[in-house]
Amino acid sequence: MNKVFMSGNHCIAEAAIRAGCRCYFGYPITPQNELGEYMAANMRKVGGVFLQSESETAAINMVIGAASTGMRVMTSSSSPGVSLKQEGLSFLAGFEFPAVIVNMMRGGPGLGNIAPAQGDYFQSTRGGGHGDYRTPVLAPASVQELADLTVKAFALADAYRTPILLLGDGMMGQMKEPVVFPEPITDLPEKPWALKGRGDGPSRYQASLILDGLEMERHNWKLVRKYKEMAEKETLCELYMMDDADFAVVAYGTTARIAKGAIKRARKDGLKVGLVRPITLFPFPDKILQKVAYQVKNFLVFEMSTGQMLEDVKLALGGKQVEIAFHGRPGGVIPTPIEFSRVIHRYYRRILK
Amino acid sequence: MELLNKWPIYYKKDVISHYCPGCGHGIVHRIVAELLEEMDLGKQAYLVCPAGCAVLAYNYFDFDVIESAHGRGTAIATGAKRANPKLFVISYQGDGDLSAIGTAETIHSANRGENICVVFINNAVYGMTGGQMAPTSLIGQSTMTSPAGRSPDVDGYPLHITDIVATFPGVTYAERVSVSSPAGIKKTKNAIRNAFQTQVEGLGYSIVEVLSPCPTNWKMTPAKSCKWIDEEMVKEYKPGLLTDKREEKRKERA
Amino acid sequence: MSKKDKIFTVKVRRDFCKGCGLCIAFCKKEVLGVSAKLNRMGYHPAEPVKPEACIGCLMCTQVCPDLAIEVYSE
Repeated sequence: MNKVFMSGNHCIAEAAIRAGCRCYFGYPITPQNELGEYMAANMRKVGGVFLQSESETAAINMVIGAASTGMRVMTSSSSPGVSLKQEGLSFLAGFEFPAVIVNMMRGGPGLGNIAPAQGDYFQSTRGGGHGDYRTPVLAPASVQELADLTVKAFALADAYRTPILLLGDGMMGQMKEPVVFPEPITDLPEKPWALKGRGDGPSRYQASLILDGLEMERHNWKLVRKYKEMAEKETLCELYMMDDADFAVVAYGTTARIAKGAIKRARKDGLKVGLVRPITLFPFPDKILQKVAYQVKNFLVFEMSTGQMLEDVKLALGGKQVEIAFHGRPGGVIPTPIEFSRVIHRYYRRILK
Repeated sequence: MELLNKWPIYYKKDVISHYCPGCGHGIVHRIVAELLEEMDLGKQAYLVCPAGCAVLAYNYFDFDVIESAHGRGTAIATGAKRANPKLFVISYQGDGDLSAIGTAETIHSANRGENICVVFINNAVYGMTGGQMAPTSLIGQSTMTSPAGRSPDVDGYPLHITDIVATFPGVTYAERVSVSSPAGIKKTKNAIRNAFQTQVEGLGYSIVEVLSPCPTNWKMTPAKSCKWIDEEMVKEYKPGLLTDKREEKRKERA
Repeated sequence: MSKKDKIFTVKVRRDFCKGCGLCIAFCKKEVLGVSAKLNRMGYHPAEPVKPEACIGCLMCTQVCPDLAIEVYSE
């Protein structure tokens, strides 16, 4: 397929349809409305289901219903809406149903604002809803990567029978970039567990209610094993200009893009700075960070929050002789590469002293 | 010797249910299983059971069953039916589930005219959690959270949700029945049969509200509970057909 | 053979009965009564006390929430 020029929200929708997603349920919320609108215009053309629900809670439960029949299914929202979806996310994890949930984060807490922010890192990576589970999280940083990771999200969801979060922000959703889409997927995996009516076979049921404590415990550990397997096989992380670096910036999504601009500037000034960009936020690429720590002793975590991924970096590098600094712009403020390159200079000079 | 009341094939054999003695759920379960057999729908049936006493319904029904979060039955039913229209989708819900926490899902699935059947068990109380006040509790009814009786000043009035949705153009069939007597049980079966037929013909949303005894939480004997339905509950919730738009919808489609 | 000439036998599956008494309350012919003995679940189940009076109306099977009653005809 040729290159097309597309906004991030449209891109996710198109990639999802190409990935074989045939059901979309959602409720309008800025800054991800274009995603639902694209689905409304295009999903029915391919014989799929588009439905605007009465609430985010209803949408995620429609996702559960559709996922239970074996369909590839998606919903999308932004921060306050994703909070409402947490009930369903917990159930999806309990049922072990595959689904893809998009969160285009905005400033918070509360209604906050509609500007890009990264304040939902904890909610996304720690489980978010009730109970002992996690949601694997993919964090793209370009429109092309939105397309690629959307397709990957569906594959991961099916392979591991888990809901997958695609975590962007208002900027990821709104910005336009050239993108090349993969060919549509027609060969979807079999789902023997899906409820399709008993037919001539035995009846089946899907339940997340496990009254027996020991059995519930077994289920919890089963989920943990799944996440561990994902950590081994599916962890993604980009290393940018790290070959000769003696100072590493850690950032994901939009901030990683800004960091790249800042690093280019800093490099021109002769600073040996590189970027570690986690693409999967859960499982977090802690092994990669630990490897980097053999080479680099100073880390600067950069987020559009008050320091959430910072905790994962600290956990990953716990016990290492490293220094971890932080620069954050929460609440919907988008830092510029110039601003951030100044921050890098400041820390860099401090280290050299 | 010929057995006159054969065991329904879609009801698991020789399972003793967890329901309390005299609970209406067992009767409605049997009716649902019997109808799926009589109407030959069991093979494609997909039932959503609620959070409530009927959460374990999959232990009794011998067809495909999914469980839902509290109140979200019709949202899950919507997702499943839209994803696979060949499924015969039933949402089985109680009064707390359907008319308190799930009000939005109920109203909007009805308003969209989803082609699903809703079996609504109304026992005017939260059963599973131990007898707290429900939106359907009667004025003056004493419950664990309205020990002095439900007072309109504090708790508002009994909610007639089936009457509300019956006014929607998308709702094709709505009836209120009770399982408090053999005659009522017969009517219940007929009503649910009509509801099922509505979905089979693709005519839209159908709901059957069943006034059902909860002897344990009403603190009455099962026989007295049935009497209470017939004497008290029907004053607030009058049994009868609330809407039947099947004929006009058939004409519309023809 | 008309229904009148038939002989009906009502059987209560003792261990499935929770002794709610609905069948007893709704049987017009007073065929059923409460058993003096407890069943495995600890309930006093229903049992036929006037079996010969059964007319095979199946009311008891309709009101039984636990599918505990079987009615046979000969």
